[in-house]
Amino acid sequence: MSGRMVHHYIPNSSPETLKMMLDEMRLNSIDELYTDIPDRVRLRGRLNIPKAMSEYEVERHVEELLLRNKTVFDAPCFLGGGCWPHYVPAAVEMVVGRSEFATSYTPYQAEVSQGILQALFEYQSMICELTEMDYSNSSMYDWATALGEAARMARRVTGRNEIITPYYMDPHRASTLKVYSEPAGMKVLTCTQDPVTGQIVVEKLQEMITSQTAAVYVENPSYLGFFEKQIDLISDLAHDKGGLLIVGVDPISLGVVKPPGEYGADIVVGEGQPLGNHMNYGGPSLGIFACSGDRLLRQMPGRIVGLTSTLEGGDEAYCLVHQTREQHIRRERATSNICTNEALCAVAAAVYLSLLGPEGLRRLCETIMVKSHYAMKIMNSIDGVKTPIFEAPHFKEFTVNFKDTGRRVDEIHRRLLDRGIQAGKVLKEYPELGEAALYCVTEVHTKEMIDSLADNIREILR
Amino acid sequence: MSYRQARWSEPSIFTISSEGRIGHNPPQPDSEEVKMSGAPSTLLPPELRRSKPPELPELSEVEVVRHYVRLTQMNFGVDTGTYPLGSCTMKYNPKICDKLSSSPKIRDIHPLQDESTTQGILKILYDLSEMLEEITGMSRFSLQPAAGAHGEYTGALIIRAYHAANGEGDKRREMLIPDSAHGTNPASAAMAGFKTVIIPTSSSGYLDLDAVKSVVSKHTAGLMLTNPNTLGIFERNILEISEIVHSAGGLLYYDGANMNAILGKTRPKEMGFDIVHLNLHKTFGTPHGGGGPGAGPVGVVEKLEDFLPVPLISREGDRYFLDYDRPRSIGKVKSFYGNIAVLLRAYIYILCLGCEGLEAASEHSVLNANYLARKILQGGKYTIPYYPDRLVKHEFVLSAEEIYRETGVRAWDISKRLLDYGIHSPTTYFPQIVEEALMVEPTETESKESLDHLVYAMNMVAEEAYSNPPTLKKAPHSTSKGRVDEAKASHPETMCLSWRMKRRFMSGK
Repeated sequence: MSGRMVHHYIPNSSPETLKMMLDEMRLNSIDELYTDIPDRVRLRGRLNIPKAMSEYEVERHVEELLLRNKTVFDAPCFLGGGCWPHYVPAAVEMVVGRSEFATSYTPYQAEVSQGILQALFEYQSMICELTEMDYSNSSMYDWATALGEAARMARRVTGRNEIITPYYMDPHRASTLKVYSEPAGMKVLTCTQDPVTGQIVVEKLQEMITSQTAAVYVENPSYLGFFEKQIDLISDLAHDKGGLLIVGVDPISLGVVKPPGEYGADIVVGEGQPLGNHMNYGGPSLGIFACSGDRLLRQMPGRIVGLTSTLEGGDEAYCLVHQTREQHIRRERATSNICTNEALCAVAAAVYLSLLGPEGLRRLCETIMVKSHYAMKIMNSIDGVKTPIFEAPHFKEFTVNFKDTGRRVDEIHRRLLDRGIQAGKVLKEYPELGEAALYCVTEVHTKEMIDSLADNIREILR
Repeated sequence: MSYRQARWSEPSIFTISSEGRIGHNPPQPDSEEVKMSGAPSTLLPPELRRSKPPELPELSEVEVVRHYVRLTQMNFGVDTGTYPLGSCTMKYNPKICDKLSSSPKIRDIHPLQDESTTQGILKILYDLSEMLEEITGMSRFSLQPAAGAHGEYTGALIIRAYHAANGEGDKRREMLIPDSAHGTNPASAAMAGFKTVIIPTSSSGYLDLDAVKSVVSKHTAGLMLTNPNTLGIFERNILEISEIVHSAGGLLYYDGANMNAILGKTRPKEMGFDIVHLNLHKTFGTPHGGGGPGAGPVGVVEKLEDFLPVPLISREGDRYFLDYDRPRSIGKVKSFYGNIAVLLRAYIYILCLGCEGLEAASEHSVLNANYLARKILQGGKYTIPYYPDRLVKHEFVLSAEEIYRETGVRAWDISKRLLDYGIHSPTTYFPQIVEEALMVEPTETESKESLDHLVYAMNMVAEEAYSNPPTLKKAPHSTSKGRVDEAKASHPETMCLSWRMKRRFMSGK
């Protein structure tokens, strides 16, 4: 029995209390409560885990380990590709740090959970406003899993088995899509994109869309940062043959960019991390999932919060709705197995969007576009460097080709890192693009950081 | 203890909006940047531009802060009071975990950074994997799944990939699942393409060996099980079950939802399991965030290692790296490597408790549960199926069937009335095999005094069911809102899922 040590997270481990409780139960030791675990399966000896450390020692130890990390502020970083550096206002951190939210569970008991329920309702409402869609759930794990679930949903709604995706897609997202759709008997088809403009080759797409097409998936902006300009046409093509249009978005761009609801998207997915969530080495993230039309609502995965009233008195109140789709009621016939989602990240997004409002978001979008275009212009002025590779409008990310410098992008990036600059992501997955990398510039990149990036590239190439 | 929750009449943030206000000014570009890039309006062609701004609220920072702070005050968390939500394991979340994981040294790291700049977090993740391996007896862990159910899906895909690799992919299509299992088990198995075969729980409370034998066949892909089971009872025949499934060529999946009860006492490995997922918030005290973020790492025995999602975190001497070179992997179940901020908290939690503390945690969770079960039973109003014939582990299921029969008061009403005593309701109507079920899990972090208060409240509520049933039927009375009309919320005619729907209602559609 290990009751001799008093543990500070275990109040009844004090000898007095422990004895009182055991006496009351007429037991001599806690061991007697484990007689139902047969000897044959009992662990021999102790777990090989280090002894407890004091809180002070833990803090020292962890901080020492974390010092081995370089943050994007220790070394300016131009990485995007599914996770992006954005500023998180202090007020967002303060709200999501409140332990009433942080230490609560899924709000099954609505009467004591009005706070998180209302915050999630407001999140859903803001996502609907941003995307111009009818319904939003209260979050998925991330963009990739939201896309996976969207594909499966398209299959349920249409009874068809194919989803068509763009060629230029985040390899993580593409892999996750496959892992989600294949077990449902779905095939993922890839549509050609024009090597000069990056735009989907509509004639090819038209040939691919058949009576087996559950959905066409388009990203705006795309993984490589450019916009698809023919979205209205693509939307019509998908719908004409009875398929759905799934659109992937960077929600922060929707302050100025045409929302998917305006061009007939049926399902919108995206990554909500830019909305008030830190990068945290890639997680937690926030999967956005919205749809339009009652037919789709009934097939939507995940939790949804609704506005209702109290039984007496008629006060407005919130609770989880439509739970009959969910796994705890429908079990193997559920729309999805998701239950724990990313609620606190969704709350962060709601606080973030409330702080910025339409005007703040518009200004932020413009800052991002100006800075990223400035970066492109200034990098383009370097001999042999070409950016962007694709002739299309861009938002915050852009491709850079170093092929004409006669140097390898890997080597240039390694030398930049030696100089304390973390450059973009090398696009190994698309060798046909040349010595290419994906760069990201947002509001956190000062002019000095961008200038210094360009100056250093220039020096390295000299 | 009298209890009253904050009761703000807090309007929707959309109604307190006032045109022209702003709560955060983002950085503006430098004039030279604008000069070179061109005016913002020229950077996006008209066909891609939004026709009207999104109807987001317009507020100053102080208004946003007050709104959300009032909302937090209308929310119950573990830091507010006792949260005996069975199977969800709502234990105290040590504050040091939050403090350290909000360090910029983790928050501001990009997942695609060069590995030389992320050696600290990679080492932490590697060491955490090793600790989870030791705790479960599995040989390799993936930290990628973002939640318990996500881990289940990952595990089910690994089972699928294993059978496919053995040329039995088309044959082994059935997943066996007890009727008492969490709903996620059948849902995850179905998502992975399996047909679920349900095993009925016998009158003994244990899984019936004959029932297992009768459903096992050459079509069996695996069996998903939690142990202790959802009744809080330890399946003593687990080795026999494992033997039956394994000899038929199936794999054994451990749902780690109830792992908190057995830390250091037994391990999935000793029980014969091949795959495990752990819910880090249940076993390692990470906060639940009102429904996430969570983390559901998956561990496997050696023969299944190849199928784990990429990348794994590997080590070469002192250098840690993301290992993508795994050709038989199922692929990725999400972007990047997992919910790192949650994983870091679990790592810190394990360091704080150490091997002895982890064992003490499970011992005290079991002690508290048995103490509570015994005391509530003494009141004479509730029954606990199979108890005291069977010991319970960290949780148990009360039945309010007798109260319902005699007074018409349902488990749901009891749940609601408990809120007035400052206690979060137990899980209600689960598992579905117990009538008027209330599933109670006190966890190791509740003091004797709070357990005694819970006993007192349960007894008082039972008494009230007889003396004053209307009080229960209309409960709760001291919470932010009175009883919420959940039927109306889900009714197609009255359903309102966003502010834009509400706006439509107000304008008569």
